[in-house]
Amino acid sequence: MAHEVELMTAGNMWKVLVKPGDAVKAGDTLFIMEVMKMEVPHEAPADGTVSAVNISEGEEGLDAGFVAVVID
Amino acid sequence: MNKILIANRGEIACRVIRSAQALGARTVAVYSDADRESLHVASADEAVHIGPAKAAESYLNIDALLAAAAATGATAVHPGYGFLAENAGFASRVIEAGLVWVGPTPAQIDAMGDKARARSLAEAAGVPIVPGSARFPTGELDGLEAAAEQVGYPLLVKASAGGGGIGMRLVDGPEQLRKTAEATQTMAERSFGDGTVFLERYIPRARHVEIQVFGFGNGRAVHVYERDCSIQRRFQKVIEEAPAPGLPQAVRVKMAEAAARLAASQHYRGAGTVEFIVNAETFEFFFLEMNTRIQVEHPVTECITGLDLVSLQLRLAAGESLDHLTQDSIPLAGHAIECRLYAENPAKMFLPSPGKLARFALPAATEGVRIDTGVREGDTITAYYDPMVAKLICHGATRDEALARMAAVLEGTTVEGIFTNVEFLRRVVAHAAFQRGEVFTGFIDAYKADLLA
Repeated sequence: MAHEVELMTAGNMWKVLVKPGDAVKAGDTLFIMEVMKMEVPHEAPADGTVSAVNISEGEEGLDAGFVAVVID
Repeated sequence: MNKILIANRGEIACRVIRSAQALGARTVAVYSDADRESLHVASADEAVHIGPAKAAESYLNIDALLAAAAATGATAVHPGYGFLAENAGFASRVIEAGLVWVGPTPAQIDAMGDKARARSLAEAAGVPIVPGSARFPTGELDGLEAAAEQVGYPLLVKASAGGGGIGMRLVDGPEQLRKTAEATQTMAERSFGDGTVFLERYIPRARHVEIQVFGFGNGRAVHVYERDCSIQRRFQKVIEEAPAPGLPQAVRVKMAEAAARLAASQHYRGAGTVEFIVNAETFEFFFLEMNTRIQVEHPVTECITGLDLVSLQLRLAAGESLDHLTQDSIPLAGHAIECRLYAENPAKMFLPSPGKLARFALPAATEGVRIDTGVREGDTITAYYDPMVAKLICHGATRDEALARMAAVLEGTTVEGIFTNVEFLRRVVAHAAFQRGEVFTGFIDAYKADLLA
């Protein structure tokens, strides 16, 4: 079952820690947003393999709810 | 000093513009791409675009700021708080450009910006300091365990170059010590370019009480009483009040005198704040740091004293004599409290919530009510800068009166389009323990079931 990891908040992408094909475990940090001077890490909801990464480091003005990473 | 450039944005830029204009000065705002339509731009007499939305390329861009000053013929620079307010390099560049720097000298900013140096200056001025260790530069942790035993557990590993809760980690016992110190060094090296750390005793039930000081640059300094800023989330202040509730008079006096002594010993110039950590049970107090800027929460001090601290900063910088501002001349009347309205979602661990203020309605600033904000309905709170939407400040003859006013102001505040902490603030202000003045830095965590449910 595919898990879509959506952005929790609008903001800017600071660090992307995974690429397609990476194996991840539940709780691993996938990427970190920078929002209002705060780091907002996003974690994998389940074990699996990253099948899509729709964001890149330095991207600005992203919207909440955008599907950033897909894990299969 | 007839034209003042404000090297900042948001509510503090608006606040400085107000006092500058009242003194008859012209004002220059600066703005990034994200702030073209902002209130501070509309409030100033002139405005200059200084770069893209990212702060590093605009509000932190010293060359762009100095170019804006030169282009407009500004004669002075007020830095506000945050951004470059405590950057000695910026202060020096402003002075070298032949402009008046509205703030302490670069040497004073430098001395207090280095926490270990600030501690030793405080100690030399007879100000009590928290038990702490020597500094450990990156990769050099020899003697760490022995130093920790001397400081005592629980303790904090602190980055020398950090601040505002950033670069600070709690260690309960020796087992986690080395790992935490190494992690803090790595983080500090990455974030601040300086991995130096030190250890400091941690006080479990602590209050954050700070003294507003004002120095005249000639060895004379006054204190402007204390503010209690114990209600914090993620080491950041949410509610501040003055005077500090339940603090014994003898302790208040001792703290204020110690802070003024430190400022005087440095020949400190302008507004500053000496922060203390106070043991909530024993009322022992220890020096934390000195902030060499105007603080976010300065309005509560203005409410109880009737002083305009920004105006005093500007008048001192302009070379006006403030000899009449003696310690005995500063009154203390009533009680004031400030709530910071943040764009954040308390239910989701205070997750930031940028977005458009579809609706933003505040009650009228009637007697005893002051509202400082840099945004209007329809404006956007962007992800680029801090999440503060407004400061709601209430003043009353007593604490109870100030709290009642605050409850009414919070009730009358409506924000739509983004999440805010307004309901959370209502619950804190109405909370029985808060009403009794039982504040401490762990308050929000201790009562989260009441405040966040």
